[in-house]
This record gives sequence, structure tokens and C-alpha cells, in this order.
Amino acid sequence: MNDHGPALKVTDLTVVLESGRPVVEHVDLELAPRETLGLVGESGSGKTTTGYALLGFARPGMRIASGEVQIGSESIALHDEKAARRLRGRVVSHVPQDPATSLNPALRVTAALADMRAGGATSSWVTDSLTRVQLPATREFGRRFPHELSGGQQQRVLIACALANEPPLLVLDEPTTGLDVVTQARILDEIARLRDQREVAMVYVSHDLAVVAQVADRIAVMYGGIVVEQGPTSELLSRPRHPYTRGLVSSIPDHRVRKVVRGIPGVAVGIADRPDGCPFAPRCPQVVPACSAGVPELASDGVRSVRCIRADQTPPLSSLENTSGSRPADAATLLSVEGLRVAHHGRGTTVVAAEDISFEVRVGECVALVGESGSGKTTIARAIAGLHPPDGGRMSLGGEELAGAVRGRSRELRRRCQMVFQNPYESLNPRRRVIDEVARPARLLRGMSGRDARAEAERLLERVRLPAGIGRRFPTELSGGERQRIAIARALAAAPSLLICDEITSALDVSVQAAVIELLTELRRDLSLSLVFITHSLPVVASLADRVLILHDGQICEEGSVEQVFQTPRHERTQQLLQAAPAMSDLVETTGGGAQQLPASSR
Amino acid sequence: MTLLIAVLVIALFGPFLTPNDPAAIVGAPGTGPGAGHALGLDYLGRDVLTRVLWGGRSVIWLSLAATALCFAIGLAIGLTAGYAGGIIDPVLMRTVDVVLCFPPLLFFLLVATSVGTSQLTLIVGVAIVLSPGMARIVYSATKETATRGYVEAAVMRGESTPSILRREILPNILPPVIANLGLLVTFSILLIAAVNFLGIGIQPPAANWALMISENRPIVSINVWATLAPAAMLAALTIGVNLVGDAFSHTLGRTETIAEAVATPAGPATPSFSPTEVT
Amino acid sequence: MSGAAVEISGPPVPRERERARHPFARFVVRRLAQGVVTLLVASVVIFLATSVIPGSPATSILGHSANPQAVRVLDHRLGYDKPVTTRYVDWLGHLAHGSLGNSAILLAQGAPKAPVWPTIRSPLANSVTLALVTTLFLIPISLTLGVIAGVKSGRWPDHVISVMSLVFVALPEFVVATILVAVFFVALDLLPPVSVIAPGEWALTNPKVLVLPVLTLLAVSVAWTVRLVRVGTIEVLKSDYVQTARLHGISEPKVLRRYVLRNSLAPSIQIFALSVQYLFGGVIITEVVFGYPGIGKQLVDAVNSHDTSVIQAIALVLATIYILINIFADLLVVLLVPKLRTQL
Repeated sequence: MNDHGPALKVTDLTVVLESGRPVVEHVDLELAPRETLGLVGESGSGKTTTGYALLGFARPGMRIASGEVQIGSESIALHDEKAARRLRGRVVSHVPQDPATSLNPALRVTAALADMRAGGATSSWVTDSLTRVQLPATREFGRRFPHELSGGQQQRVLIACALANEPPLLVLDEPTTGLDVVTQARILDEIARLRDQREVAMVYVSHDLAVVAQVADRIAVMYGGIVVEQGPTSELLSRPRHPYTRGLVSSIPDHRVRKVVRGIPGVAVGIADRPDGCPFAPRCPQVVPACSAGVPELASDGVRSVRCIRADQTPPLSSLENTSGSRPADAATLLSVEGLRVAHHGRGTTVVAAEDISFEVRVGECVALVGESGSGKTTIARAIAGLHPPDGGRMSLGGEELAGAVRGRSRELRRRCQMVFQNPYESLNPRRRVIDEVARPARLLRGMSGRDARAEAERLLERVRLPAGIGRRFPTELSGGERQRIAIARALAAAPSLLICDEITSALDVSVQAAVIELLTELRRDLSLSLVFITHSLPVVASLADRVLILHDGQICEEGSVEQVFQTPRHERTQQLLQAAPAMSDLVETTGGGAQQLPASSR
Repeated sequence: MTLLIAVLVIALFGPFLTPNDPAAIVGAPGTGPGAGHALGLDYLGRDVLTRVLWGGRSVIWLSLAATALCFAIGLAIGLTAGYAGGIIDPVLMRTVDVVLCFPPLLFFLLVATSVGTSQLTLIVGVAIVLSPGMARIVYSATKETATRGYVEAAVMRGESTPSILRREILPNILPPVIANLGLLVTFSILLIAAVNFLGIGIQPPAANWALMISENRPIVSINVWATLAPAAMLAALTIGVNLVGDAFSHTLGRTETIAEAVATPAGPATPSFSPTEVT
Repeated sequence: MSGAAVEISGPPVPRERERARHPFARFVVRRLAQGVVTLLVASVVIFLATSVIPGSPATSILGHSANPQAVRVLDHRLGYDKPVTTRYVDWLGHLAHGSLGNSAILLAQGAPKAPVWPTIRSPLANSVTLALVTTLFLIPISLTLGVIAGVKSGRWPDHVISVMSLVFVALPEFVVATILVAVFFVALDLLPPVSVIAPGEWALTNPKVLVLPVLTLLAVSVAWTVRLVRVGTIEVLKSDYVQTARLHGISEPKVLRRYVLRNSLAPSIQIFALSVQYLFGGVIITEVVFGYPGIGKQLVDAVNSHDTSVIQAIALVLATIYILINIFADLLVVLLVPKLRTQL
């Protein structure tokens, strides 16, 4: 492969719906050989569609209207599907998002790999491929079916499949989203290794800027179907020129720097309601009337390009310290958990999910329970909530004993302990108006009349920064972030003292997550609300919690204040998690501000 | 397809035009096909056309009654088994499975030998035979909905079980259930027609399409219309109902159909819980 | 960093692969046991259903104006004068010895001994023949049509197939039979409307007799099966791994063969099992229409003549067949789908 010119040059890519409405417009991308481009955007940004379009593929209902791609020496018109199809596997290859469902369940590893190799595959080639992605090249391994592999192993097989024909370009579609943090770190290492050793250029599509920053040389940020900014990674992250990029970077939590995260006000636009002109205008802090006139032109200085008419006005990043950690040490204990033991009873088998769990939550404090799936954190939360009666141990709220099942608790206790669930798309009754859903706890648990309860609900909806009139709507019309806020409002309607949050931001975009974190911090302060916050993400813990418990295999590995645990982790597991979690602060050079820096452990 | 729906809905309402025709059954002597009667006479000498016009009512009202009863039974069983869990769940669903392992007609004939063949038996019998399909659909929809956040939020509020079933679960399982109603009516008509064909549930000299087909078989070479006319009407009815039901379920979104629910074994293909996913 | 390092999370990889043998054997045993239990429950239902007749069976057979003495004698011979539970246990006992009891009618007609088995043996064979011949045509036809409809979903082959199947599913067998008779017999005089087979003679010796019944059964069962196969195929086509394969540039014919067909086969087995079960049920009506001497017709005759032992026997045989087909299908599915084997 020669290094003449860019490895990938995409010109004027536009993908439209069948109706003609644009999904992705005028996308230009450029990539040097062996370079990795990160394509970043939140839901509705069009990044996945763009990724697919590079393979000449449009999802059902969409069509590639225009676009030309030059890969190496070949030049293909992307709207010609037949021509584009010839490229697949050979010139451009794809690594899919969900490894578990992307492998043919009926084919063994060897067969799956052999299928990919154009012109047949010898067994020595297969062993070779496996070794190159650090998988055991044994006969036994090759004979396995996909369901006999772990998530990380499946993903490596898919990477090997993609590289089978040594394509010069690889498109990776959020390949680590379904994996746990430690596996994700390993796969990222693998991808970095590939970048260094093989002559492949990569386009890494993801919503997770922190992850992308680990592997990408250049980043292109998308919003509302257009590329708003493009440039080298560390420059883009340190000095973002587009207001959206700035907002995005500010919303990403980091466990090395206890910064305050800021969400971007408003809601991300879907395809249906993109405004004329700059798609970000409705939410932009530096908007002027001219912004709505038309999509801003691309201003490029050869290295970086921005689509914003006011790019030079974008203020630099500021880093504010998270000062919420100052809690008087003598605040009363609200929740006390002693020796909790929770198990799952199946037919004849009992699996212990969590054992010997003891901790306390003080009034106004936020305690985070951190662990990977299988660590027992959700089960513990459900036990405290009364949804999963424990097998042993005691719990008490405000001095009163908490019965294992909700039914056994007094109305008062039920009122004081509320929960917000993980999946915003399933936590609201789709057949009930928002206002009624939020008012219900006030009626049931605080004995308010119908009218009073609804008034209270309106007040709460405003409190969680939702637009007026949202009460009359049904949940199915609303976005994930809006729904999650409604769920919080519903929990608050009971005027609780303790709020249990079960991975409430895992399903949300980063900027939306930041907005929810902002909201929770405010609520804690104003209402002296205590939080039990379940999460698998350490960066989120750093931006929200006072104390943290690290869980593994149903037991507490380590606990303490966030500073303590993150600065001087003692348990091996904690250290592993801290190392694996992606941190942007390594790459971001902030200007000014007294950011409290936690020492970066070597990776 | 919408065209067919319209045409066949008319076939559905045809029978109700019959009150316009005077004197339901005319017992005229002789058995030959006549020129004065558009479709000839049947094996007893009765006017085929008149009988055809009258013959749909019993089939229709019996099926509707059976469907309604089956709906109620299936809903009750499915909801209880799906929400209660514990010991009730497997007990109820295994019973459902046992009923499923009988060919429907067989079950019916067994019942007929013991309890007799009144119309009530017919309705109850058909309802029981068809309820497993409905129960399964309600069961899986209930199980799925019961794990949703809003149901758990209701539990945490301390709402009573009947209240939860009524307010949270029921409204949300209705779409897939209603989508299958069309199919249920179709099966019900098919089964009732089959049973009527065998002479059960209907007393001669009543006019009933299925019975007419059966009665007039011996003279099929003499007057083919005596069998063909009611057959065509019955076919129009069932096909019409099926098409309408199918179009209906398509607009409500593709969800599991009764046929598919019955096809999924509750046996080995259902994996036992995996602990890793729960925590 | 070696890839052999244990990954922290993900499904546990079976350490001892030899255990793969035993779980399957245990599964087979467990499934058979379940089948036996179901059969027992079914037998209870059957027995209850046929024994809860107001009045005694002898009365219904001999008529109300019969000599009371004769009624008592017949009742005694039928064992009816014993309480219900004893009768049930006796019945089970007889079954264990391979005897299906005595035909009430034949006893009433004065025969000294009238075991049921010989009377149903030949009709059973006929019915099985009918079902098997139908299945022989059913599987290839519906598989082909279903896959075509699934692959060409949304385009005209699918529309045609789907509408046709929607129409035929709704038709009761006797209607189809009637129409077929009208066409092939009345109009064309090609095939006999009634299947005349001498008792004891095997149906295959006179194949013409089979044509109309088989066509009737096929009409409805193919329609039904095609719909399910079609849906299964569409599901597979929508799956991630098919899309990934296409994005990897694998040729379309290969995708169809190795990725689509392979994976839609397993669910299809369940569907075929259901269809075969359905055939055994649908056989009843079809046999009556054509006068085909199978156990369906015999069952209906027995019901009409209140011959309880025969009813019980046939019902039990049918239930057994049903359950056996279920078990066989389950085993076959587990055999073909590797994923299920690890969950045993």
C-alpha cells in the first residue's frame, strides 16, 4: 500500500428517506492511510447511517442519494448499489455493534472465518487469523459455536472476519457498546494494535466520545445529519470550535477529574423535525438569526473544519470543580443495611446474587454502587426497594425496620423510599398521560385529592425542567431523556427521603446523561434527598457521588469516599476498573480553572 | 385486499337479510331440482335458496358466543398465570398444555358422548378447546408487561393486585390480544361448522350451512347446488372473517399470532433463567 | 496480553465438553417421563368423559325399551356395575397388559368376546397411510412456498402466496372436500367421491381412492404451514447475522443457503410437528366426508352408537400419537440447534 494521498475521501455523501427527506447531508470525510477517524454523534445524528453508507448500504426505507468515495485508487459512486456491493469485504469491511447476534449461530468459528475469505481458506490461514486477533488457535476453539464464546471473544472473531481479505478500510460500528468496561478496554487495545501493525485505515463510529478519543487520530462530530466539526483528536477536544462540540465535551464525566458536567439544554432533533438552517440553532448558546437562514458553509484551514458562522466566538472549555462533596460528617443516618443476603431461587437451584452487604447512607448523601453485570448491584437495589425480598440481613430507613417485601411496609415507609428504573422506554405506562402518571404517587402515598395531586405534578414537571404542557402528552411521543425526567418527577411526587436510581442514565446519550446528573445534583441540594445510585460507569460516579461501593460477584470489594477510592484504590478489582475506564482528561488540556486532578494511573 | 374485505363483509351480513324472506323452511314434497327455484330443491324437497339464506345465522351466533367465552376464559387464565407466578403459573399452564394435546375435534366428540349435544355444550366445549391459544398469548403478554418499570413502580406504591391488573397490565396487553381476535373467530367458526357437519349441536329441520352440506351429500350428482351453495357461503364467511382479522392485526402491528403461540413449545426451547442477566 | 486470559464476563464456557453426552440422554428421559405423565392425565380425561353418562351404557346401546334383565347382563359384562375409580384402575390394568377392552356393541350383539384392537387395527393403518402420504407432499411443498414467500417478501410472489394461504386456511375441510368432489366427480367424473376399500384391505392397493382425501388435507395444512414458515424465514432475514454477512460481501446465494435456510430449519420442525398433529385431527372430518375407512370415521361411528370402549381406545391412541409427535419434534429441535444443548 502506498501512502500517496488520502486512504479515504468521501465527497458530498447524502442519504435520504424514501420520501426525500434527508437523513445525512453533504458529508465530506478525509482519512490518511493507517489513520483512524472517529465519527461521533448522539442519537439521530446520522453517524450510523453514514457508517453504513461507506459500505454502499442503506437501511430499509433509506436510499443513498449522492456521494462518491475514493478508497486508495478505487473510486465508487455510492448510490450505485451494485458497484458498492463489490467493495464489501474486499475494499471496505465492517465490524458490527452487537457481537452476540452478528454471528451465524449455526456456524462454528472456523466455518465463519472461512466464509469471509474470498477464494477459499486453508486451515493454516484460519489459525493465522485467530492468532492475529489474540484468540487461541486450537482445534478445540475453532469448533466452538458463537454461543460458546464470551462477548469479547465474539467481537474478536468478527474483527478477524472483517480483516479476512485485508481491506484498506474498516468501518467499526460501536463495537464495544455491548461489552463490559474491562473487555471494552481490551478490545480497544486490540484495535489500537491493529492500527499500528496493519495497513488499515479505520472509521470508528460511536456515541461515546471518551472511548473514541482513545483510538482515533482525527474526529468528526455529527449533529442533525451534518458534520459540524472535524479535526485532530487532542486539538478538537481541547479547543472545540463548534458550540455543539464544546457542549458535548463539557458533558462527559471523567473519573480522573472531578469536574461538573453540563448538559446541553433542549432535545436532540430527530429526522422529522430538523429545522431549516443550522440544525443546532434551537439549542445553541451563541445563536443569531442568521443561523437559521441556511446550513453553514464548511470553513476549513486544511487541518480542521467547522460548520458554524460564529465559530470564532466559541468560548474555551472551562473546568469547574465538583464541590458537592462537602457534606457535614455528622448528618444523620437515613438508610442502614446490615448483612444483606439476596438470592435467586429457581427450580431446584439457588444462586446467591449478593452476600454480606452492609453500608449506610446519610441524609443528603449520594452513595454509588458500582460493578459489572453479575456483580449483584441491581439485586441489592431491588431488595432495598422491596421488590426482591432478601434471604438474610436487615434494612432500616430512618430508624424503622424495612420489611423485605413492599407489601409488608407501612404507607409511610413506602412513600419515603422511591425508585427510578433503568429503561426509560418501559418505565412509564404508555396508556396514561404524563400528568396522571406523575400525580398518582401523590394521591396514593400522600393522600392528596385529585386536584391537589395534579397541581403538585405540574409543579414537579417544571422542577425537572420539562416544557409546560408536557403533562397532557403520552410517553410514546417523548424522548428517552424526557421520559427519564418524568420518571424522576413521578418518584419525587411521593416526597421521598431516599431515591434509588438503577442505572438510570445507561440508556441515554451523553449530553442527556449530563443533564440528568445536573438535575439530580440540584435536587439533592435543595431537598436534602439521599441517593443510592447504581451504575457500571466510574466517570459518572465521580461527577455525582459522595461515597462509592465497588461490587464484584455479589460482594463488596471496596468502599469509601470517592476521593479515597479513586485516588488510592486498594482492591485489585477497583484498580482494574479504574484503569479500564476511558478518560478524556489525558488528552484534554484545559485552560484555567482549578480542576481537582486525580493522578492518572499508567495505562 | 381492502376490496376483498368489503365484498366479504357483505357476505357476512347476508344472512341477516333473511327476515325479508317469508316462511323459513318450506316443506314441499318431491326431491327434484326445479326451474321455479333458483337453486333447486334439497333431498327432502325444500327450497335450497331459502335455506341457504337462513343457514348462516346459527353458525354465526354460535361462533360469536363461543369466541366471547373463549376470550374470557383465556384472559382469566393467562392473566392469573402470568402475573401470579409461583406455583399457580406452572399448574395453570400445564393444564393448558394438556388440553392442547388433544385434537380439537376429538375433545369435542368425547364431550359429546358424555354430556350430550345441546347448544350450550357446543358453545362451552368450543370455548374450552380454543382457550389454550388465547391463554398462551395473554400469558406471554402479561409476563412481558409485568416486568416493565411502570408496573414495578405501581407495586412500590403499594397498589393492590386487582388495581395493578386493571390499570397497568390489562390496557397494555390488549393490542396483541385484540389483534388475534380475528383469528380466534375464524377458528371458532371452523370448529363449529365441523361439529355441525357431524350433526352435533343442531337439530334438523333447522337450516344450517354445514348441516346442509352433510345432508345433501347423497344427492350430489343429482342437484349439486344443494351442497355447493351452502359450501360457497360458508367459505365466503370464513375467508371474509379471516381476511378482515388479518388486515386488522396488521394495522395493530405484527405481534405473535395464536398459531405461533401454540407452535412455541413451553418445553426445552424456553431457557431456564440465567442469573447473569438478572443482576 | 494473551487471548487465553479469562474474560471477566460473558457466558460461562463449558469446561468439560464430555458432559455434552449425558445432559442429552437425561433430557430424553425427562421428556419421555413428561410425556407419560401427560398421557396419564389425558387418559383420566378420556375416561371421565366417556364414563359420565347419565344412565348406563347398556341402556343407551340397547335402548330404553329393552329388557331390564338383558341390560343388567350387558352392564355386568361391561363391568359397569363397579364404581368409577375401580373401573378406571381396571382399564389401566388392561392397558398395561396390552388389551384395549371389549367393544360394547359387539358384546351387545351377542359375541362372546369382542376385543377392540383387531377392529381398529386396520382402520388405524389406513389413517396412518393417509396422514403419511399427505405429510410426504406437505413438507416439500410448504417449505418451498414458505421460503419463497419469505425471501420475496413484499413482492408479487409473496402477495400471491400469502393471499392464497389466507384463503385456504379459512376453509373448513368439508367445504374443500365438497368443492373438490363437485369438480372432480360431478363435473369431470375422474375420481370417486367415496373411498371404497374392503375392510382389511390396504388403502395403497387402490391409490385413486386416496387422491381426493389427500388433496383436501393438503389444501388446508399447506396453507397453514406456509404462513408459519414464511414468518420464520422473514425473522431470520431480519437478523443481525444475515445483515453482517451481507455487509461482509458474501454472495447472496451463499447467504441464503448457509445463513438463512440453516437457521430457519429448526423452527420449521416445530411447525411441521404441529402440522402432522393437525393432520391427525383433521383426518376425522375428511374420512367422514369420503367414507374413508380410517379411525376418524370409526370414532364418529362409535360416538353415534355409544360404544364407549371403542371411543376410549381410539381417543387414547390419538392422544398417544399426538404426544409422541411432540416429543419427537422437541428432541429433533434440540439435536439440530446447538445452542439449546448447552442449556440442558
